[in-house]
Amino acid sequence: MAKIKYLSTGNEACGEGAIRAGCRFYAGYPITPQNELTAYMSRRMEEEKGIFIQSESELSAVNMVMGASAAGARAMTSSSSPGISLKQEGISYLAGMELPAVIINVMRGGPGLGNISPAQGDYFQSTKGGGHGDYRLMVYAPSTVQEMFEMTYRAFGKADKYRMTVMILADGMLGQMMEPLEFDEDIKPEGETRKPWAMTGAEGREAGSVKSLFLGEGVLEDINDRLQAKYRKIEAAECEYEEYRTEDAEVVITGYGTVGRIARSAVDMLRSEGVKAGLLRPVTLWPFPYERLRELKGKGARFLAVEMSAGQMVEDVRLAVQDDPKVSFLGRTGGGIPSEGEIVEKAREKFTSKKEK
Amino acid sequence: MSTTFKKPVSMRDNVMHYCPGCGHGLIHRLVCEVIDELGLREKTIAIAPVGCAVLAYDYWDFDTMEAPHGRTPAVATGVKRVLPDRFVFTYQGDGDLAAIGTSEIIHAGNRGENISVVFVNNGVYGMTGGQMAPTTLIGQATATSQYKRRPEKEGFPLKILEMMALLDGVVYLERTSVHSPKDVLNTKKAVKRSFETQIGNKGFSMVEVLSPCPTYWGLSPVESMKRIETEVVKEYPLGVIKG
Ligand code: SF4
Repeated sequence: MAKIKYLSTGNEACGEGAIRAGCRFYAGYPITPQNELTAYMSRRMEEEKGIFIQSESELSAVNMVMGASAAGARAMTSSSSPGISLKQEGISYLAGMELPAVIINVMRGGPGLGNISPAQGDYFQSTKGGGHGDYRLMVYAPSTVQEMFEMTYRAFGKADKYRMTVMILADGMLGQMMEPLEFDEDIKPEGETRKPWAMTGAEGREAGSVKSLFLGEGVLEDINDRLQAKYRKIEAAECEYEEYRTEDAEVVITGYGTVGRIARSAVDMLRSEGVKAGLLRPVTLWPFPYERLRELKGKGARFLAVEMSAGQMVEDVRLAVQDDPKVSFLGRTGGGIPSEGEIVEKAREKFTSKKEK
Repeated sequence: MSTTFKKPVSMRDNVMHYCPGCGHGLIHRLVCEVIDELGLREKTIAIAPVGCAVLAYDYWDFDTMEAPHGRTPAVATGVKRVLPDRFVFTYQGDGDLAAIGTSEIIHAGNRGENISVVFVNNGVYGMTGGQMAPTTLIGQATATSQYKRRPEKEGFPLKILEMMALLDGVVYLERTSVHSPKDVLNTKKAVKRSFETQIGNKGFSMVEVLSPCPTYWGLSPVESMKRIETEVVKEYPLGVIKG
């Protein structure tokens, strides 16, 4: 099969991944550092006879996606941290209405307006439910431009399969860096694209309704039970992670996205010093690889959670390991990116036995 | 004219939850009659608001969906862009459209979205217990303007149609009422014209219907109709505003 190969930014790779997945509706609002994606969609949607709308607000963008999705289209919006906060209302409604959608968050520094540098401060918001009510998003954490493409592409199939929002949680570094991108020339949309539940006019069938208001006694609880059952199914089936040199690891570094890349080199540096280090990089942040971490702990590993945040994913690492002294944390915020050196030093300080010194 | 009392095909049999004398039931019915007359039932996707009319889908026998409070025109935009050959309208109250959703309605109009909007203005928030709306009249007491709306503290009644008239993307705007049989007929005519505007691919249109909320006006159904005739239409003049 012929391959298409070129250099792409991560933002544009997400855009192309969406197009190749059959996304034909995109609404977005300008915000740095994801602007290349919106601009890319403005060009590509026209070429593919899809719909591009620059909305008046982030709220409007996510609600346009809601309408497009209810009408049966594969639909996407994207933004960066402050804009994603604004979309939370819509995200909660999408969950309540069980509508598929793909949302890309190219994270920047926070809280507030923060800055436009890469950060990972939106982990809680993405994985624990940033809006109201009991719901989950599937969250993918790419760490290369190639993965920005692939995960966005795959997200649409998952969103339709489970009728829910799938989020791509990237950061400003991944969004704006250039790397080689490669995919099959005639790659086709994945998964079921027919949507018998869509609101398309009640021709030849009963009239339908897409809604999230359920006032009857017990009805909402039943719906929540059904949602939770769906989430349990996803936890069992969809958890993905990547491991590097963990076979005999005594120190397992956990890190996702940009941190996952850096931690990989740190593992090699530690190994060259004789420290048995390995990396566990969650590819899905929800569902989170609790079980695999527990297994690694069972084999005697200790953990160093590294993040571009003040410590968010580390809480899930602790939850998995259930043994606090075995988990250490290294975090940078506000655009600070932990270097290989910092990671190595932290690992040495925490895990090299005092006696050896 | 026995046909006047026949239930429109587009209307379900369910007993309505609206208070006695509320305008919503009547306006729902007019909308359904027009949908029947234009043969739109199987092509329609209606977007319900958040407010007293949130349960409109219990009464309408065509495809419907909800929207978050005020985002109704943005949701309608998404539906209509994906299905340009279907008929899409929003049904919104004054809290939904004139307060929390002002941005969405203005920009949908400004983009000239080919949708129809039925805007029911009764000057209060009904569902949440009769709070002040941007459309509440000066001197009107509500749960949240207990000293009666004062311009210096609570601002002025918001005239959405007159604002929207300035937008190039908007092709037809009319304000009607339901306080007399003649006005009910006019409302139906205006709704029909709005729906035909969309079918003809002419662009954005909206009908504002002045409607009674006896419960939170603290008046009987009959007194409420009288109030529209004597007070409300003075602030919100009836007629074609644009188009
Ligand atoms: S509160 Fe007012 S608007 Fe709501 S149903 Fe009752 S009369 Fe109608």
